[in-house]
Amino acid sequence: MTRRSLLASAALLFTATGAGARVVTKVLPWRPNEAYPVTPVAPDGYLFFTAQEAAVVDAFVERLIPTDDLGAGAKDAGVTTFIDRQLTGPYGGHDWLYMQGPFSSTPLPSQGLQSPLTPRQQYRQGLAALEAYCTKTFAGRGFVQLNAEEQDKLIAGMEKGEVKFEGFSSTMLFNAVYGNTMEGYFADPIYGGNRDMVGWKLVGFPGARYDYRDVMEKPNQAYALPPVGMQGRPAWGER
Amino acid sequence: MTSARSRWIARLSYAVGLLPLIAAGGAVADSDNYVEVSRGKALATAGDCVACHTAKGGAPFAGGLALQTPFGAIMTPNITPDNATGIGSWSADDFAHAMHDGRRPGGTYLYPAFPYPYYTKVTRTDIDAIYTYLRSLDPVSNSVSRNTLPFPFNIRLSMSGWNTLFFTPGTFAPDPKRSAEFNRGAYLIEGLGHCGACHTPFNAFGANKADRYLQGNQIDSWTAPNITNDMQSGLGKWSVDDVVAYLKTGQTGTTLASGPMKDVIENSTSKIPDADLKAIAVYLKERGAAGSSPPAPLPASDHQMQVGEAIFVDTCSACHTRTGAGIEHIFPKLAANVIATQDDPASLIRIIIAGGRAAATDARPTSPAMPSLGYRLSDDQVAAVVTYVRNSWGNAASPVSADTVKALRARVTGAAGD
Amino acid sequence: MARRLPRKDVVIVGLGWTGSILAYELSRTGLEVVAIERGPWRDTATDFNIGTAPDELRYAVRHDVFLRPRQETLTMRNSPSQTALPIRKWGSFLPGNGVGGAGVHWNGQTWRFLPDDFRIRSHMIQRYGGGILPEGNFIQDWPVSYDELEPYYDKFEYVAGISGKAGNIKGQIQAGGNPFEGARSREYPTPPIKQGYSQELFTKAATNMGLHPFPRPSGTLSVAYTNPYGCTMAPCTYCGFCERFGCANYSKSSPQTCVLPALVREPTFEARTECEVTKVNLSADGKMATGVTYVDASGEEWEQPADLVLVCAYSLFNVRLLLLSGIGKPYDPASGEGTVGRNYAYQTGTGSTAFFEDAKFNPFAATGSLGMVIDDYNGDNFDHGPHGFVGGAYINNAYTNGRPILYHPTPRGTPNWGSTWKKAVRETYQRITNIGAQGSVMSYRNNYLDLDPTYKDPLGRPLMRMTFDYQDNERKMANWMADRCDEIAKAMGAKTTQVNRLVGPWSVVPYQTTHNTGGAIMGSDPKTSALNRYLQSWDVSNVFVMGASAFPQNAGYNPTGTVGALTYWGLDAIFKYLKSPAPLVQR
Repeated sequence: MTRRSLLASAALLFTATGAGARVVTKVLPWRPNEAYPVTPVAPDGYLFFTAQEAAVVDAFVERLIPTDDLGAGAKDAGVTTFIDRQLTGPYGGHDWLYMQGPFSSTPLPSQGLQSPLTPRQQYRQGLAALEAYCTKTFAGRGFVQLNAEEQDKLIAGMEKGEVKFEGFSSTMLFNAVYGNTMEGYFADPIYGGNRDMVGWKLVGFPGARYDYRDVMEKPNQAYALPPVGMQGRPAWGER
Repeated sequence: MTSARSRWIARLSYAVGLLPLIAAGGAVADSDNYVEVSRGKALATAGDCVACHTAKGGAPFAGGLALQTPFGAIMTPNITPDNATGIGSWSADDFAHAMHDGRRPGGTYLYPAFPYPYYTKVTRTDIDAIYTYLRSLDPVSNSVSRNTLPFPFNIRLSMSGWNTLFFTPGTFAPDPKRSAEFNRGAYLIEGLGHCGACHTPFNAFGANKADRYLQGNQIDSWTAPNITNDMQSGLGKWSVDDVVAYLKTGQTGTTLASGPMKDVIENSTSKIPDADLKAIAVYLKERGAAGSSPPAPLPASDHQMQVGEAIFVDTCSACHTRTGAGIEHIFPKLAANVIATQDDPASLIRIIIAGGRAAATDARPTSPAMPSLGYRLSDDQVAAVVTYVRNSWGNAASPVSADTVKALRARVTGAAGD
Repeated sequence: MARRLPRKDVVIVGLGWTGSILAYELSRTGLEVVAIERGPWRDTATDFNIGTAPDELRYAVRHDVFLRPRQETLTMRNSPSQTALPIRKWGSFLPGNGVGGAGVHWNGQTWRFLPDDFRIRSHMIQRYGGGILPEGNFIQDWPVSYDELEPYYDKFEYVAGISGKAGNIKGQIQAGGNPFEGARSREYPTPPIKQGYSQELFTKAATNMGLHPFPRPSGTLSVAYTNPYGCTMAPCTYCGFCERFGCANYSKSSPQTCVLPALVREPTFEARTECEVTKVNLSADGKMATGVTYVDASGEEWEQPADLVLVCAYSLFNVRLLLLSGIGKPYDPASGEGTVGRNYAYQTGTGSTAFFEDAKFNPFAATGSLGMVIDDYNGDNFDHGPHGFVGGAYINNAYTNGRPILYHPTPRGTPNWGSTWKKAVRETYQRITNIGAQGSVMSYRNNYLDLDPTYKDPLGRPLMRMTFDYQDNERKMANWMADRCDEIAKAMGAKTTQVNRLVGPWSVVPYQTTHNTGGAIMGSDPKTSALNRYLQSWDVSNVFVMGASAFPQNAGYNPTGTVGALTYWGLDAIFKYLKSPAPLVQR
């Protein structure tokens, strides 16, 4: 409590007009310290994946975006951690999506996503189906035991829908991993992927910057500053 | 409470802006009660009584706000004319005794959290008008505890000693060597405005240091800046018009009021007639300059400056611009803005951590808000960027340590209200 | 059982652009106005905090500020013979939610329709004969003219602070502006924003081709500006986190920056957020609205009586609310009868992607409205005779962002992953630009909205069903435009180009535009429109419906400028109505 007037604060008025309404009248609401940041991902193990699942995802995403002379790939960028944490959040359960039935098994392509499976289910079931396929097809070797060429060929087959898993669509698994890999490689490092901003450095995206007036003054010239994330960059010092 | 009375008071609101605030030399209190009440309302607005005498979400003037002092919390009393819980039984003399001498009917002492050392300067005529206005309010029953300070501060008799050391009663005496306008401004600021209560440093006993009057202070973890005419740290670079604009609209082109001053502007100074705002500005500009001289600015190669620059470029420049120029009427200028280079950096630190909302007036309703960034920046990082702002673009001021930030952060996070 | 609240003069459903403007203009006259918004309050420094705003995953990919499909979505199908299925995840369009509505996360592209757009039917027949009109079309002349709306376009542009260059002031063509635009009474309130290197190339190429490039009118402002409501905005910093995001530094036109600060100070105004209006209540004879019923965040039901109901819930949700409230007769394509749900339209998008040998386009330095445009192929600005289609498009070269999760282009044929992909992504990012055509969509008998028979929202009410596909007319037009884009792309000096055509049925999956128009259209004939020319319901005279749901068909422009103009136009009519409550047009 302070010396000054708090007359003006009308942020949460429980009036006769409805206990469940947030009523705003007379002044723009404001509270100190009010912001809605995401919780930074701490890269400590896995919260959803089993160790075995994580190893498979690691190997898979590494084929999608490999470590090479252009820099770290998806595995080294922490994409598996990214996916793991995403699956524990609202994305993982499709919490924000419309998931009421009935679910059609014959949707038109133009009607988009119609599966009742949440991303958590897709990974759990899909990775299991992938492993089952591999051990059956490659004489007991799991995905992680295949060599890079074999993995690439298998992934390409999944992408095109030419590979048939038992009880699960291989394309669905491919799409899930591929989509999340792109997200994890290019999202802000706060989410656990794009470690050291390698994805941003690959393309030259300066990150969470908010002022490019100087760039507009200098067309067709390279941008000089290093990328920065929502948690800053090395020049900001240790947190 | 009759609706007729409410309508009557509502009509008064229109009259307030038209009447002179002060019964200027020689004017006798008009026997017409309507005029007196509206004059009293204007004076109460200048004194910003409502700010302290209203609890959060409570009825205006019914008291119950907890004022945090270094000695504990003091609850402001109910000054509506309720007989049992307010000042309904007080005479005009009783009210004048409180305002002039800091005493209640019966002689008990008031604490100077109620700024009677300033209100003592208000003329009896004006005090009577305020009294008349307060008595025109609807009585509100709200019982406020008067005994909230811990021992030994709850012994009010000790205020007798405090008053002896730090309080000189007496109404305002105009200085014949100064213009009428200056004197009017002096009367307003030194009396009802009680600006010195925030803008003057305290001694250990919670009294304002008279020899450092208006030279700035930290209050509620905000910096009340130096408002003498000092060029380095006060209003030296402001014109009279700037001061008037600031008090009236909450901003000049380059500075926006936030924090405690925001409330003062919204509740009080934005409703004071223009002529009186000008008088206040003239007083502040002509009274004299006093302030500490700035240190040499930190070089850009200093480690804190380097870190601070990186943070500033990456996140602050999108509003305050790369050169600290700000944007007129929406983002404060940081370069050559004395707000940034006060001895005390509290405001800069807390506004980064907790955010802040600028004053909103009818003229300028946008009330742009500084986003809260306490979640994003560590103590070291806040210290670095504040140090950078204080020492760039011609600014020069003491650097800030992470420990200072840490202490302030503890005080401002989780605090209710701004 | 809904508990009844004290009566208000006006209840406004939805507090986006149209709701905010009407709320302010009405409450400042002393009317008791309550706006009921189902989403949360949103404010710049808290919700678009500069430390949290530039987050592509959260806002652009996971859709944090948009309406959550779980709360409400639509079902869709391409034709009446199919079964509609829910849009479980937004794609093609992204409806807003919360105070500010789509005005929070839009691009800021702000246009006026052409004068002939308002009389497209009679104009096309006059010039080309009736045979040019496509089969199954429901094209109507608007019941208002450009000239009537001109002062209201101006009003909206000045409230929003739009940055642009006028092309025609009172009949005088101005250099640097759009020579095809309808005459305006004065310049834009702020000058055009800066453009990038790619736009320089586009401008040179288009000029050399005899076309007329001009800067796109922008709701991302070029300079600081204080609008007629006293609200102040800051200049845009080209941050590239514009569309899908709230603006962190007060530089995008929105209800937050342009209206709410003044609105909230009006003593007779109240905003009630996190309350969903479920129904507009009608009198026993169905001829007058008595107010609305809404459900608050705790699930309690309330009745808010009012003398005037303004439906400002976004085009799609306006239509659904009318259907659920029984205002007007639902449209049935089989019989062709009914008014609510008909004339739904959308927007086409085609173009050419241009790859450059060497360039640093810096796509991340962008605003939602940045771009150079030619209008030479819009409306009837060119001879349609040889082409056999109706409608047109503006062609633009723009960057709105370079955010890499969704923007990491590679040439067609590049593998989607692996080291080859990595190399191509790296090499392409700075060297690629897009010439796009944003085109009109006519209205048709079989493109419409109605209530779905199967799927429901969490409150148990039927979802709305969208039946829509691009027709031959739109495909022809859009693909012709793609070729025009390609010509310009080549003239810009591109090493290679890739033409992007309209192929296949309209799909909900890839994002296109959130320009859903029609469904509760304004018209001259109560048999084929839901609203009269004053946006007043033909059926319930104390209900007015704002938004692009009023468009009889969509022109080759983003809708918001016209939505804003219609709001101010409707406002004048509302004042007339309040003086003497009655239907403003005789049926």
